[in-house]
Amino acid sequence: MEMFVSFCIVVLLAVIAFAGVELVNLQFLFGVIIPYAAFAVFVVGFINRVIQWGRSPVPFHIPTTCGQQKSLPWIRDSKLDNPSGTLGVIGRMALEVFFFRSLFRNLKTGLQNGELKYTGTKWLWLGGLIFHYSFFIVLLRHLRFFTNPVPSFVGYLDILDGYFKSGSPNLLITGWVLLGAVIYLFLRRAFIPGVRYISLTADYFPLFLIMGVALSGIVMRYYIKVDIVSVKELTMGLVTFSPVVPQGIGSIFFIHLFLICILFAYFPFSKLMHMGGVFLSPTRNLPNNSRMRRHINPWNYDVKVHTYEEYEEEFRDKMKSVGLPVEKE
Amino acid sequence: MYDGGKIITGLIIFLAIVTFPFYSNIGKANVKPAPDLDTPAIQELEVKKCIEPTGFMRANHMKLLKQWMDDLQEFDKDTYRASDCKVYDSSYDTCMECHVSQKNFCDRCHTYAAVKPYCWECHELD
Repeated sequence: MEMFVSFCIVVLLAVIAFAGVELVNLQFLFGVIIPYAAFAVFVVGFINRVIQWGRSPVPFHIPTTCGQQKSLPWIRDSKLDNPSGTLGVIGRMALEVFFFRSLFRNLKTGLQNGELKYTGTKWLWLGGLIFHYSFFIVLLRHLRFFTNPVPSFVGYLDILDGYFKSGSPNLLITGWVLLGAVIYLFLRRAFIPGVRYISLTADYFPLFLIMGVALSGIVMRYYIKVDIVSVKELTMGLVTFSPVVPQGIGSIFFIHLFLICILFAYFPFSKLMHMGGVFLSPTRNLPNNSRMRRHINPWNYDVKVHTYEEYEEEFRDKMKSVGLPVEKE
Repeated sequence: MYDGGKIITGLIIFLAIVTFPFYSNIGKANVKPAPDLDTPAIQELEVKKCIEPTGFMRANHMKLLKQWMDDLQEFDKDTYRASDCKVYDSSYDTCMECHVSQKNFCDRCHTYAAVKPYCWECHELD
């Protein structure tokens, strides 16, 4: 049901964009107003969400420890999996952000010949890594619509991405890989019973949305062509704050753009915020130094303590008079 | 805010990345490229149109040219029947009869859109 609803919403969104452009001629709404609005919602929402997180205290010192803690000098500690200082944390975060290390450590519990076995399962890690990197490259490639002249690294990226030199327009690998990876991530959700059981609309919807974005982009690049110069005129109009909507851009472009706008506007309110959240995960970004430094719960109220020194100061005379030992005479 | 310094720094980096298209274009005008259509062959035409309608050519010329290449290489077919039933030699030279210059015609849009077709790895530059 969750799956069906998410799918229908994405189809409906595409139909809205198509109908809005084809039937009602709302090119300016879909080409200018909605993109600006979506971008504003994305930026403001993102910052707002991160600041909310920043204001939440971390009551306990909770780094996950995946290796030997730093202790005696002759015991080798695991500097990245159980970091004891800032440098280690930076290394650990880098591995997490760039290589999804915690997913790489994913284990599957199961019976093999009647014995309980834990085996590594890398498929989710691999699918996720491919998905994120191809999406990132696709995003970078799109800089060609938002810069003029286009930075040279975008050109080099195109050369690498178009390595096969197949067809005209040239086949770009990452677009297809992105679509394949997102379909894999969806199939995994749909067919593994355990994963399906915990999947909600909020899990399916972004997958279908990204599938829609990738598919509409691929269709537009290879099949139902649009005049790319007019498209760039529109996008450059947006980033130079002099919006124009050139005549004769095909509806497929507006479908693609509208789905992206929805993705951007939805971003701050969804699980996609893991883009910012990964940096704020206390289990990853804290060094495991709780035996060297005391972590104080920020919401602890001031506890009135009466130390022994103060106690002795107060009762010294009385203690002496009954013969109790005191530290200071 | 806890760890405010680090979080604000992170947010500033985030802002710098996502607003890059905006600030990198400050003070630039959005000028659309104009491929040069003022060539002798085009001037002579009574009806100024390409072999297919302009809208189709703008969006689909790369597919058409690829089809011509495949037709020639695979089926030894060197003519193209356009949608108005006129038959043309499906050759790079047919394009260049009217459009003359790679630099003044092809490249103007290709540079704008940062496209590098591999036509000129074999065909001659002008």
